[in-house]
Order: sequence, then C-alpha cells, then structure tokens
Amino acid sequence: MATRHSRSAARLMMAPAVILLLGWMLVPLTMTLYFSFKKYLPMRGGDLGWVGFDNFVRFVSSSAFWPSVTATLTLVLGVLVITVILGILIALLLDQPMWGQGVVRIMVIAPFFVMPTVSALVWKNIMMDPINGFLGHLTRAVGLQPVDWLSQASMPAITLIVSWEWLPFATLILLTALQSLDREQLEAAEMDGAGPFARFFFIMIPHLARAITVVILIQTIFLLSIFAEIFVTTGGAFGTKTLTYLIYQRVVESQNIGLGSAGGIYAVILANIVAIFLMRIVGKNLEA
Amino acid sequence: MARAVTTRRKTVNTALAWMVAVIIFFPILWIVVLSFKTEGDAIKAPLEVLSAPWTVESYAVVQERSDYIKHFSNSLILSLGSTFLGLLVAVPAAWSMAFVPSRRTKDILMWMLSTKMLPAVGVLYPIYLLFIELGLLDTRVGLVIVLMLINLPIIVWMLYTYFREIPGEILEAARMDGAGLRQEILYVLTPMAVPGIASTVLLNVILAWNEAFWTLILTAANAGPLTAFIASYSSPEGLFYAKLSAASTMAIAPILILGWFSQKQLVRGLTFGAVK
Amino acid sequence: MSITIRALLGACAVSALAIAASAETITIATVNNGDMIRMQGLTDDFTAKTGIDVEWVTLEENVLRQRVTTDITTKGGQFDIMTIGMYEAPIWGANGWLVALDDLSAEYDVEDILPAMRNGLSHDGTLYAAPFYGESSMVMYRTDLMEKAGLTMPEAPTWEFIREAAKAMTDRDHDINGICLRGKAGWGEGGAFITVLANSFGARWFDMDWRAQFDQPEWKEALTFFVGMMKESGPAGYATNGFNENLSLFQQGKCGMWIDATVAASFVTNPKESTVADKVGFALAPNHEGVDKRANWLWAWALAIPAGTKKEEAAKKFIEWATSKEYLALVASKEGWANVPPGTRKSLYENPEYAKIDFAQMTMKSILLADPQHCCVKPVPYVGIQFVAIPEFAGIATEVSQEFSAVYAGQQSVDEALAKAQALTTDAMEAAGY
Repeated sequence: MATRHSRSAARLMMAPAVILLLGWMLVPLTMTLYFSFKKYLPMRGGDLGWVGFDNFVRFVSSSAFWPSVTATLTLVLGVLVITVILGILIALLLDQPMWGQGVVRIMVIAPFFVMPTVSALVWKNIMMDPINGFLGHLTRAVGLQPVDWLSQASMPAITLIVSWEWLPFATLILLTALQSLDREQLEAAEMDGAGPFARFFFIMIPHLARAITVVILIQTIFLLSIFAEIFVTTGGAFGTKTLTYLIYQRVVESQNIGLGSAGGIYAVILANIVAIFLMRIVGKNLEA
Repeated sequence: MARAVTTRRKTVNTALAWMVAVIIFFPILWIVVLSFKTEGDAIKAPLEVLSAPWTVESYAVVQERSDYIKHFSNSLILSLGSTFLGLLVAVPAAWSMAFVPSRRTKDILMWMLSTKMLPAVGVLYPIYLLFIELGLLDTRVGLVIVLMLINLPIIVWMLYTYFREIPGEILEAARMDGAGLRQEILYVLTPMAVPGIASTVLLNVILAWNEAFWTLILTAANAGPLTAFIASYSSPEGLFYAKLSAASTMAIAPILILGWFSQKQLVRGLTFGAVK
Repeated sequence: MSITIRALLGACAVSALAIAASAETITIATVNNGDMIRMQGLTDDFTAKTGIDVEWVTLEENVLRQRVTTDITTKGGQFDIMTIGMYEAPIWGANGWLVALDDLSAEYDVEDILPAMRNGLSHDGTLYAAPFYGESSMVMYRTDLMEKAGLTMPEAPTWEFIREAAKAMTDRDHDINGICLRGKAGWGEGGAFITVLANSFGARWFDMDWRAQFDQPEWKEALTFFVGMMKESGPAGYATNGFNENLSLFQQGKCGMWIDATVAASFVTNPKESTVADKVGFALAPNHEGVDKRANWLWAWALAIPAGTKKEEAAKKFIEWATSKEYLALVASKEGWANVPPGTRKSLYENPEYAKIDFAQMTMKSILLADPQHCCVKPVPYVGIQFVAIPEFAGIATEVSQEFSAVYAGQQSVDEALAKAQALTTDAMEAAGY
C-alpha cells in the first residue's frame, strides 16, 4: 500500500512535528552545551571564558551528586512500584459490579486533575503538618506522637504525594485494559478449576502486561523531571535532592549557569540511558 | 453470559471500593471543607473543624486580593490553545506514522518521548534568553507554543496508537473510490478517530492546565494562569489554611468538573495502545 | 432592566475614566507577606494621587526570588519594581542592574530612613532600594510561663539563661515547649538563625582570606549548644519549622519563648490571631557569656527599580509613595499603628502614638544593635549579619543549612554536618574563583 508517493507525503506530514521537536530539543540543548563549557556566572559579570570540562568534573565530584542520582532512582522506582501494584488492585476492584460505580470512579481519578503545586501544598500543610495537619490531629487523637513526615520520613512522604498524583493515571489505563479482557476465557479457566490466584497470575497479569509497560513508560518520563513536589515540600533537604533539583540549585540558587548546564547534560545522559532501557523492554511489549 | 453475582459479594465490593475511593479522594474533600471555614477554625482537630460554622470569608478574601477571572481565562486559553495547535501538528504526523510506517517509525516515536525527559530547570536560562530575544515573555502566544511543544510527544503517541487501530482496508477502499489525501483524512479517517482525538484533547488540556514550571517562570502580570494565582497563597505569614484551600479549590474546580463530565471518555480512551 | 442599563452605563463611565486616568501602568513583583498584601489593598490611594495604574505579581518568597533573579540576570525587563531583600540589593546595585535612588524628592526625606537600613541597601554609598519594612530579631516570651517558672527575663539575656529558662518552662505533658526556634533548611530560614547564633558564639562564615570556618571550634560549640537546647526544650520536629510554623506554635500557646524576626511581635500580640496576645514580653536577642555579640540579624524587604525599565519615573513615584511617612500614616488611619510596616523610619519611633506599642522600643533597640558592617567578633571580609553579601552565598548557605537540618532531624552528627559544610563551602568558593 505504501507507494513512493505516499511515502514522501508521509514524510511531509511528519515534518512539522519532527522539525518542531528537533528545534525544541536542539536549540536549548546546544545553548546548554555551550554554557556547560563556560565559566558563566550572571552575578559576576556573566561570561567569564571557556573552562573546558571543569564544570563536568566539578558537578560529579560534588558530594551531592551520587546521592542525587540515588534519590532520583529511588523516587521513580518507588512511585512506579506503588502505582502499578495499587493500580492493578484498584482496577480489579473497580471492574467488579457494585453500587455507585460512577461516583467511585470519579473519586478515584480525581487526584489526576489536581495541579502538582496544589497537591504538594495541600499534602505538606493540610495533611502532613505535624501540628495542624490532618494526619497530626489523627495520630494525636489515638494518643501517639505525630510524625514529622517531611523530615523523619521525607522520601516516603514525597513518594506518597507523587504516587497519589499518578495512581489515577495507572488505574485508568489498567482498568481500560482489564475491561477488554475476554470474560469467557476467565470463566473457562474457572470451570477448569483455576482458583482466583491462578486466574490472576496466569490470565490477568499477562493480559495487562502491555498496559503496565505503558504506565511505566509514561510515568517514568514525567517522574524523571519531578520538581514542584520537592520545591514545595522539603526544598531538597533530608535526602530528597534529586538530580533535577540539584541542577535547579546550581542554576538558580547558586547562579552558576555553567555548572548547572553541565548538570543538565548529565541529566540528558541519564534520561537517555533510561530511555534506551525502556525502549528495550517497552519496544518488545509494544510490537503489535 | 455473565454469571449472576451474589448480593453479598456485591455488598463487599461496594464497601471496599467506597473505602478506597474515599481515602484517595479525601485530601480534595478536606480542602473543600477547610475553604468554607475561618482561618482559626481551619487548623483545629478534624471533628472541631466540622462542627465549626461555615463561611465564605476565605473566598471573599481571595477574590478581593487577586483577579481570578484573569488567571482562569489565561489557563483556559493556554490549555485549549496549546492542545489545538498540538493537534494541528500531531494529526498529520501520527497519521503518517500509523499508515505509512517505516523502519524508523518506532525510533522516531521513542525519540520524541525522550525529549520530554530533559529537566526543564537545565534549560531555564537558554529558554528565558530565547524568549527575551523573541519578545515572547509574559505573552500567551509564547506559553501556548511552549506548552504545545512540551505535550506534543504525548499527543503524537496517543494519536498514533488510535490511528493504528483503524483498519487500513477502509482507507484503501476510499482511495479506490478516488478520494485524495485530504478527503481521506477529512471524511474517512477523522470520523473514525474522533473518540481517540477526544481523549487526546482531554488529557492534554489536563496536562497543560497543570503545568507549573514554565507557566510561572515565563509570566508576569499578563499571561499568568492559575498556577501563578496559587503561588501567592502558599505559606505567607500567619494562618493560611483556609485561604490556601479556597484558592486551591478555585484553581482545580474547573478542570475537576471537566474531568468528571468526561470521565467515561477518559476511562475508555486512555489506552495509549495498551489495549489491542 | 433599567437598573442593569444604569449599571452598564456606570461601568462604561468608570472604565472611560480609568482609561483617561491610566496613562501608565507599572508592574510590581512582590512577596506575599501581610504588609505587602495590605499595600496592594491600598494601591487605589496611589492611583488616585498620580493616575498611575499598578499591576501586582504576588508570589511566595521562594518563587519570587527565582522569578526576579532570572529576570534581572537576563535583563528580561518584566517588572518595573521588584521586591528584594537586603541580601540582593547591594549585589545587584554593584552590578549596575538597579536604578540608583539618589534623586528622591525633598519631602520624601531620605535622611529619616534608619541608617542601618540605608547602609544595608546601598552599595558604595548609593541607595539602590527603599526599605518597605525592616526587622531585626529578638526574644518573645510568655510572661505568665516565665512567672510560673519563678524567673525574670532580663532585658539583655544570655544564651545560658535562655537555656535554663527554656528547661524550666517546658511542660511536654501540657504541650508547652520552652523554646521554639527555626530549624528549617534554607538560607533565609534556619540558615539565618543558626548564623546569628553562631555569630553570638564568636563564629564567622569566612576568615579574611575567604576560607570557610566550619572547622573552627566556635561553630561546633554553637551548633552543639543549639541542638542540645532544642532536644531539652524544643518542639518535636523542629527540623522543618520556619518562621511561619513557629509563629503558629507561639500563637497557639505552645512555646515559652521564641527568638525570631521583630515583625512577628505584631502578629503574636494581635488578639484576633493569637491566643496569648496579652501575655507576651520582649527582650534583646541573647549572647553567649563572654562574647560581645548578640544573636540578632538585620533584614529589610525593599523596593527597587531594575535598570532599563521604560517607566522609571512612575516607578520612582510609587516607591516614594509606598515607603513614605504618609504611607505609614495612611495604614495607621485604616488599621491602627500596630499594623504599620515597622523598622524603616526614625520618625515612626519618635511618634508618641507608636511609642505606646509594647514592642516598638525593643524593635528599635534591636535594629540599632545590628551592624551589617561588623557581623562577628573576629574580622570578616564581608558585609551582612545573617548572610554574606556575595552572589554565591544563597546557594552555599542553603546547602549548608540542609546539612544542619539533617542534624536537627537526628540523621547525622554535628561533626559530620560541619565537615560536609566545610567541604561544600570550600568547593563552591573555589568554583566561584576565590
């Protein structure tokens, strides 16, 4: 069906998207690369000349670098695990017959509509604040000392906030996939004596594999660049400084554009490693 | 065909599902409650909060202090504008990827997605300088373009997965009947793709509405959407829970309502090709 | 129907007037503190006087800093007036990014502005930002709890006294903490507090050769003292408490003492917000026995005009209005003297009406005691008390204070934190070319 004519037409149609994204990627990337080889301090007169790989060396030799990579991966993995597992369970639950399904579904997907700054603010103050927050009041009501979430359990707290934001997305996709599952196949398996666990692991999970990969792929893309949730809650303290946040600190707080740009390049490399890794697993799963 | 479900099982399901739903929804519910309380009452223990008198005081204060309508209309323009522009660019691209796939289609798609992984803070200065050069700072046009570019990969990918599910034979048939490329897209493809496009639009409006990095850094007095509106209510001096709750409710209500009305579409549509 | 028409006509007339009057509109970026919100509410007075319209961009402090810094360093020109602090003003002024405020009108009476504030907002003797409100820090304490503990707060206490008093006031069964202090990470939060505390123990950030001083015994003594005192008498989870959290604790009667910004005085004595409004006493910030430096800082939120704005004249008019004596009188007439922006003008403290307010004199004394030119016992190469007025400081101090906060949260030891602080400061200073 693909004639030469339609091929060139296809290229033409793809062109605007590709060119735009290429520009969106290349122009800032080139500028970032340029800055990363410079000593560029806006507060001290701006461009202070070329410095070779100094910024790159300095960025990784900082004591904050490796912890930030670990923090990034911990956060991304934590959120992925929580949202996928809870997402499957909730999707299974929502797929069952019940009263008020519409309302339940609405409530479950609602966090997806809340902007990240708002959810971070709400969780930090109104929920997790040890003195005036809801959870603080709750723990005191049962006679316990309230937990200061954001210092005592900072990473779990941020993981919780981000998972809350993304759980609806995972649930939605998994639910859609679950609804397309062949009921007869399930019933046949049941007749053959397969218990609920066997049915879950041998029929449902393989069926959901594609949906799970999609959830992982899309969420990873968004999670790698998580910023607002950390900015609002801990400001990078208590081991929650991700790579993105470290770059922010170098660029905005320290006003060292060269150093921050070098960090940006590292982040691009990390993103590409993750992308290649994802492509290996997702690519296979997404082949039609 | 479907097995009769016992009432008992349905009751258990219902109870369980409602419990889960209420837990997940609770923070949102709670800010709506707090937004109708005074500052002094909003920090009290939950039961005292509920028994405290209801008031719209906080909404009045927020309304007096900031121009909600301006921020709201900016949010509306930015999210709709960027989605529309995104569709304009993405539909042809997704169409050609779906119907004239080449060996590199998958790679191009993945590359597009990977552009989303660059941390925005890393390119803050380059983009800001570019915006100054182009005179786009604090303009809606500039932000529409940025939001469109940010979400373009997702749009292309979603549309691609929808288009791919449209059987190619139908297009062949249309072509046999002498339909040109334009007619093909307009009269054959579009109607079949409407549900997919609708879901795409929905998701992108949500993503654009909630984008909070560029919309804050690239705006001042003119183009700031609701994310900028919220930034003036976080942790000022003194008590602020009620005002923060009122402002948050106002910022998320429109998109929440849109989401509720279209939840069926979302539930069916958000597949990203995950359902074969 | 006719009402609608009349309303419409009225609206048209008003908007016509507005168009006629608003020859110019200036855009002001400001922080969402109470005094600034009040100023926004009073903008109409300015517009009525000058015909200049004002557009406000009100942001939370951290977002504001990020926003205005990006704009000024790139010369983005998004704002005609920026609200900045005592840290930014001299640095930006030195870079030529701000319009010098050296031709303010005679009736504005720039000499009336407290010299400490003027110096802090100047570079090489030129004023670059006009203070909107100024603050130092002081002790606020509960008179009733102090009495119950059988103690009397001297006007100028020592840290040793404070620690003993805090211990005596602490009653954890009744949710009363002897002392509430900032532990929150961030250079302007816990970083500012621990720096002034260290100053009063004889420590300093840098020696005359710009070498970091965290490996010196004074820092260790100061940090150990702070952590020990907070363990004895501080609230649980103080590692995330900043100004706002402590304010709320104090207002709810959960603190015996609180050492923080002098502007807090009007909040804790306001019966509408505070449950302890009539039981608050004030004292100077403490010093360590034998050290001749008190732990009080100096800060001002000020209005500055970015160089290159096309609306310089209108912006200057606004600054003259917002930081004038008349503005103070305007606020006083609407909200009472306790609510006027404090700490900027001599005449305010000479005003008998203002002198009647409890905390006015202590605020004034604290401000006069603070000397940004000489923060520390030992000589230093820098200006600033709770900060070091060099561009690299905000980044460094935020990271250092994050290490300290981890100590407060019990996640590392004082020695570990100081070693890390020393290493990262040295590294950042090297990167900056010192």
